[in-house]
Amino acid sequence: MPPLLEVEGVTKRFGGFTAVNRLTLHVKPGERFGLIGPNGSGKTTLINCVSGSLPVDGGRILFDGHEITNLPAHRRTRLGIVRSFQIPKPFTSMTILENLEIPLEYAAHRRSSEADADAMEILRAIGLESKAHLRPAGLTQIEMRKLELARAMAARPKLLISDEAMAGLSSAEVDDILAILFRLSERGITIIMIEHIMRAVMRFSERIVVLDAGERIAEGTPEEIIRNPAVEKAYLGE
Amino acid sequence: MRRTVIVLLVGLAVIAAGVVVATLRVNPYLYFAGYVILQYVVIATAWNILGGYAGYVKFGTPAFFALGAYTAVFLIQSMRAPLPVLILAGGLVSALLGLGIGYLTLRLRGVFFSIATLALAIVLQTMIINWEYVGGSRGLSVLRPSGPPFGNYVTFLFTVMVALAVVAVLVARFIERSWIGRGLAALRDNEEAAECMGVPTLRLKLFATTVSGFFLGVAGAPFPYYVTFVEPNSAFALDYAVNALAMPMIGGTTSWVGPVIGAVLLGAAQQLATVTISSEMNLFIVGVVLVAFVVLAPEGILGLIRRLRGR
Repeated sequence: MPPLLEVEGVTKRFGGFTAVNRLTLHVKPGERFGLIGPNGSGKTTLINCVSGSLPVDGGRILFDGHEITNLPAHRRTRLGIVRSFQIPKPFTSMTILENLEIPLEYAAHRRSSEADADAMEILRAIGLESKAHLRPAGLTQIEMRKLELARAMAARPKLLISDEAMAGLSSAEVDDILAILFRLSERGITIIMIEHIMRAVMRFSERIVVLDAGERIAEGTPEEIIRNPAVEKAYLGE
Repeated sequence: MRRTVIVLLVGLAVIAAGVVVATLRVNPYLYFAGYVILQYVVIATAWNILGGYAGYVKFGTPAFFALGAYTAVFLIQSMRAPLPVLILAGGLVSALLGLGIGYLTLRLRGVFFSIATLALAIVLQTMIINWEYVGGSRGLSVLRPSGPPFGNYVTFLFTVMVALAVVAVLVARFIERSWIGRGLAALRDNEEAAECMGVPTLRLKLFATTVSGFFLGVAGAPFPYYVTFVEPNSAFALDYAVNALAMPMIGGTTSWVGPVIGAVLLGAAQQLATVTISSEMNLFIVGVVLVAFVVLAPEGILGLIRRLRGR
């Protein structure tokens, strides 16, 4: 099966600092893919390049066989690459329901008359339906993370990139979010999980790539990654 | 659909009322004052499409207003074009300026965008000052065409401004309630998240600068016939920049009603002050009211009403 996402030799520099260095990785359709690495290893930069928030300085990105390297972010979203943000970025002047209607209307091309019912269905699936008519300011941390995922869902992704959706959550809450991501995966959505909570990534991912200083230092199943001495070195030093 | 029809009928009724008022022949000063207030309804509404809906605060209002006015002056000078042509041309030229400036500056965010638009006003004023054909720095007197369709020329211009205000407000309302308005609100709340949710933020911002520029130019186009003497200092007056921003802020920026309320209240207060106290008090009043609102009711009168209702 051809890969859904192909990152081919992508480089991203900030001035003299190379955040991502000629990185190549492939994500297969339907895969649960983990992306880990110490702080500053280039995970979020890579995701910004894939989602279109940042232009790349070299290399190519292909999605579903089409080159998307120079497409603006909103076009990539419409093609099916949708991300959630590490620090939730809700639309604060809108209700939770209206937050979901933006991607439904703009990315999934639902008419506004149909968007209401669709948005409610997503909120029900994710457990936020009782908050539908509140504004984001009235949400707790975990609800805010759920809103991020719900809004990403509303864009009807083929590839969902979850950027540290669980940071700062309690162990029970982490399980809660994991369960949601597993359900999405069962529905055929490819998921890239960026996470620092090892227990969650190891349980969720079928395959993991480890970044350090903008380069890939390891790739494999969770078991292989745990046993890899290079990974241990990157995280703990020598 | 039915609501749209009702709103259109209300708009027509307002224009009809304007015509009736124009034939009443009350104190002529009232038409002068009414014209200024209505002109501010157009200006505040136009400003709000970019400043309120999209959240891009613009200080360069005088540039667009004066460009509309000077486009009219040019067309009067060169071919004595009729008023509808002046209005349309003034709007289109300012819309083009809005589009161009949008393209050059919209990658700037927040205060940098505001400063860039302010610079634009200064550049444009300098160009006009050095262009003798439209009066240069000395200004130019403009003869009104004889025989308006009804009444005298001031009451006629008053009615025209009523119609322009109605059109501007209807367009703003339509934008606000359409998918465009929802996209603009999303990018106002968080531009990066909006773009990642499929909103074409650059295109929507260009749309907003263009429409906003159009109506600012439209507001400026009848100006030469209203004052009959156009010179750069009055066409590029600071009042326009300050009022365009203050009126929506005071009324409330998230709805089309806000700029209308703000323009009527503040515009009337200024006219009253001009007659009773002194013409120098105008901007002082705006300043005091604006500071009071920023401190006490940052979401304007509409926000205040919403808060009172919510409790």
